[in-house]
Amino acid sequence: MSVDIQTLSVRYGATRALDGVTLTAKPGEVLAVLGPNGSGKSSLVKAIAGLVRYTGQIVLAGSATRDSIGYMPQDTATRAALTVLEAVLLGRLGQLGLRVKPADVELARQVLTELDIAALAGRYLGELSGGQRQLVFLAQALAAEPKILLLDEPISALDIRHQLEVMEVVRRLTHERVLTTLVILHDLNIAARFADQAVLFHGGKVVGLGAPADIIDALRLAQVFGVEAAFSTTPDGRLVVTPVRPCRSPKAL
Amino acid sequence: MHHVGSDEGAISALYTSLADRRRAVLLFGVCALFMSLLVDVATGPALLPITAVVGSVLRLAKDPTVDAIVWTIRLPTAFVAIAVGAALGLSGGIMQTILNNPLASSYTLGVSAGAGFGAALVIVLGVVVPLPEAWAIPVMSFLFAGLACAGVYGIGSLRGASPEMLVLGGIALLFLFQALLALLQFAASPEALQQIVFWLFGSLQKATWAKLWIISIVLGGAFPLLLVDAWRLTALKLGDDRARGLGVDVARLRLRAFAIISALTGVAVAFVGTIGFVGLVAPHIARMLVGEDQRGLLPASAVCGALLLSLASIASKSVLPGAIVPIGIVTSLIGVPFFVWLVTRSRRAFW
Repeated sequence: MSVDIQTLSVRYGATRALDGVTLTAKPGEVLAVLGPNGSGKSSLVKAIAGLVRYTGQIVLAGSATRDSIGYMPQDTATRAALTVLEAVLLGRLGQLGLRVKPADVELARQVLTELDIAALAGRYLGELSGGQRQLVFLAQALAAEPKILLLDEPISALDIRHQLEVMEVVRRLTHERVLTTLVILHDLNIAARFADQAVLFHGGKVVGLGAPADIIDALRLAQVFGVEAAFSTTPDGRLVVTPVRPCRSPKAL
Repeated sequence: MHHVGSDEGAISALYTSLADRRRAVLLFGVCALFMSLLVDVATGPALLPITAVVGSVLRLAKDPTVDAIVWTIRLPTAFVAIAVGAALGLSGGIMQTILNNPLASSYTLGVSAGAGFGAALVIVLGVVVPLPEAWAIPVMSFLFAGLACAGVYGIGSLRGASPEMLVLGGIALLFLFQALLALLQFAASPEALQQIVFWLFGSLQKATWAKLWIISIVLGGAFPLLLVDAWRLTALKLGDDRARGLGVDVARLRLRAFAIISALTGVAVAFVGTIGFVGLVAPHIARMLVGEDQRGLLPASAVCGALLLSLASIASKSVLPGAIVPIGIVTSLIGVPFFVWLVTRSRRAFW
């Protein structure tokens, strides 16, 4: 099911985090949400997840309800005395009763295995590294069997191997299960490699929307991030961006 | 992604073992509670042999003196200790969960202080509600526990009802009610002052079957309401945003929880006075034993609270020969060293 967003604005007091954003996320596609710190990426995802007040319209097409959203927040710090298995089960909150059905435990097992963290199942959240906790909360979001997957910087604490593995899983599940996936990313190369579409934010506005390779260019990097970058291509034709140095006063687009 | 050869059954076995541990802890706790109850009934100015206690409870032996002591004094007192301990432990457990704070309890966040102020109001100003004093004090302290809870929630809600704001609101109310209580004590006659002080110490000696029933009904009503929300409460422990992301209506869940805390604390404090420490400590012990899954934590908090207060009741009758030390004093005196030992020896940090 697609997510149609029209003239979406989010304000925190006097601060305008999102300003008239219009975009569509399509089913079966990974949409990378890009932009500098404070450009409105998290606000977009939180608005879709129903965590912040907004003006404008967010239409979840098809039979989407609150239960069809799997949301993974940016902040995964916690010391709750819960095991990894219990935390992942919480992703199925709507289905859980006093007695947990074997099917729910089985689903948690599948997700844990998918992300290769089944071995952590009995560990307490407080005993994990930041990267391991990120995997656990990704598993929690997936355990909801969502139709819409919202991931706020899911790989920021992961080592480079796990970054590739997690994004591969996200892409595969998105394509296999026809999920509508929005992933906030900082690594442009990861975005270029794994996302089907990308949207670039600057000051709460959309300044680029399209295939990642089309919207990541020297002009936008200078104007949005204030960075001078070198571009190259891998033998198999993939875009590689290397930030070189900060550049002077980025002009508004 | 490479798959480590994880046994298909390992995860469901893990889940079963977690559930088994919850059950084992609860079963062991209830057994310990039963033993403690018998010892509590046997202990007192007239020491009764356990066999006589069992005989009288089961209506096997017909000794009128033993029956009188057991059925009119010792049993209601011992059961009230258990019920009040359970109510305090449970309310502390909920409070620590919804405020995500290890220092939260009815005592530390002003709810007990509010109840104490309500009682002192009756003692100093005379009967303000049309009831005999024996009931006016509990009714007023119950009402003021509710008022304090509403105050904590009200102050906290002024800025979005975040856990931090609620805790600050609770601390503010604690000081407010303590100051108001001090003012009443300052203005009170020496007799009233003595009565207030004794009431604040906490005492089980006024226990009756009627009071036991009232506490039990509140407990019996609170449990199913809480268990319905058990998973949502567990989700709350991961933080407000994450709970919301999982579909929990955080504000309404907190409001429901506060109402239950208010009733539990109100009824506990109303009949036995302010007893600190149990509500703070019982959930910590329970958490070490069963973890944060509220399906286990809440019942375990209640059982731990009940056991603590039952043991304190035995101690209150044993430390000074021939005298019964107020229960509120005993719980902290004996509980604190035990708690420090417990917290420092546990290897796993839960907060």
